[in-house]
Amino acid sequence: MAEEKTGSFKPGLQAGASIAIGYFPIALTFGLLSKTTGLTLIETVLMSLIVYAGASQYMGLSLIAAGTSPFVIILTTFVVNIRHFLMTAALNQKVEEPSKWKRGLFAFGITDETFSVLAMRNGKIPLGYGFGVTFIAYASWVVSSGIGYVIGANLPQFLQASMTVALYAMFIGLLVPSLKKSVKVLFLAALSAAFNSIFTGYGVMEEGWSIIVSTLLSAFLVEMAETYKRKKQVKEK
Amino acid sequence: MNTILLVIIGMGIVTFLPRMLPLVLLQNKTLPPFLEGILKNVPYAILGALIFPKVFLIQKDPLFGVIGAGTAILLAFIGANVIIVVLGAIAVLSFYSFLF
Repeated sequence: MAEEKTGSFKPGLQAGASIAIGYFPIALTFGLLSKTTGLTLIETVLMSLIVYAGASQYMGLSLIAAGTSPFVIILTTFVVNIRHFLMTAALNQKVEEPSKWKRGLFAFGITDETFSVLAMRNGKIPLGYGFGVTFIAYASWVVSSGIGYVIGANLPQFLQASMTVALYAMFIGLLVPSLKKSVKVLFLAALSAAFNSIFTGYGVMEEGWSIIVSTLLSAFLVEMAETYKRKKQVKEK
Repeated sequence: MNTILLVIIGMGIVTFLPRMLPLVLLQNKTLPPFLEGILKNVPYAILGALIFPKVFLIQKDPLFGVIGAGTAILLAFIGANVIIVVLGAIAVLSFYSFLF
């Protein structure tokens, strides 16, 4: 047991702080966009509270604006978010919590960003830590959407623009330390980056699918290569 | 009930289900080692796909993403904490977009 459950909430908040910063400009813009689409403040905040998924919320707004049928909007949202299935499947073994209810509640807070922070943590994830990371991210998302609706995205232009890099910088900051330690990680990241660039660049598939397919392909190929290498070593011995 | 509210609730449900099901259903299940290996690879692979190529497309000026990603890689490589990487990249890009 590394940490007491109650003692890990605060370190979780700290680990999630980068996400909170990164969500701020995106949620702010979402709030503004939602206003121009014609949603009320309550609907805007409710969407962030209930859906809590950046890409799908943006997409939802444009589909609502286009008068798309509710069924199609919901179906499209499902397709965009299906990659979370892969993420929580990957987290499953790391989450230290016997209660299915608590696991389910914790799952609500899993996004690309919280997943990345949690998955890069060494060892198991105590649920207190998990809730710390997801809570600060969620709070930032919901509150910033409301602020964006009320006051608009009125940051100075140069700051607004430069803050859009925040989440990518965070992903890089999470990936590089592991990359320095292992060639396998380098292969995994480089392969999926290459697949994703090809698939989206040539319009082979939409981004939601492309991320899933690229990730699975890369994870599968590297695992095959490793299994093959291991077998060969066993034979040579 | 109003349609937008209906849409929001529907979107919420289809977003929550893929998040929740693996954590609840796969609990205490042992998967075949090969599949387990693939899942262990997922975090690193997904980070690659989340960063590229989109980091180059965040602003119309492609240099913007290059400078941002470059700063982040450099800071992370010398061992800076994630939050420093994030703030550093924002700072350098603020300076860049303030100038040009």
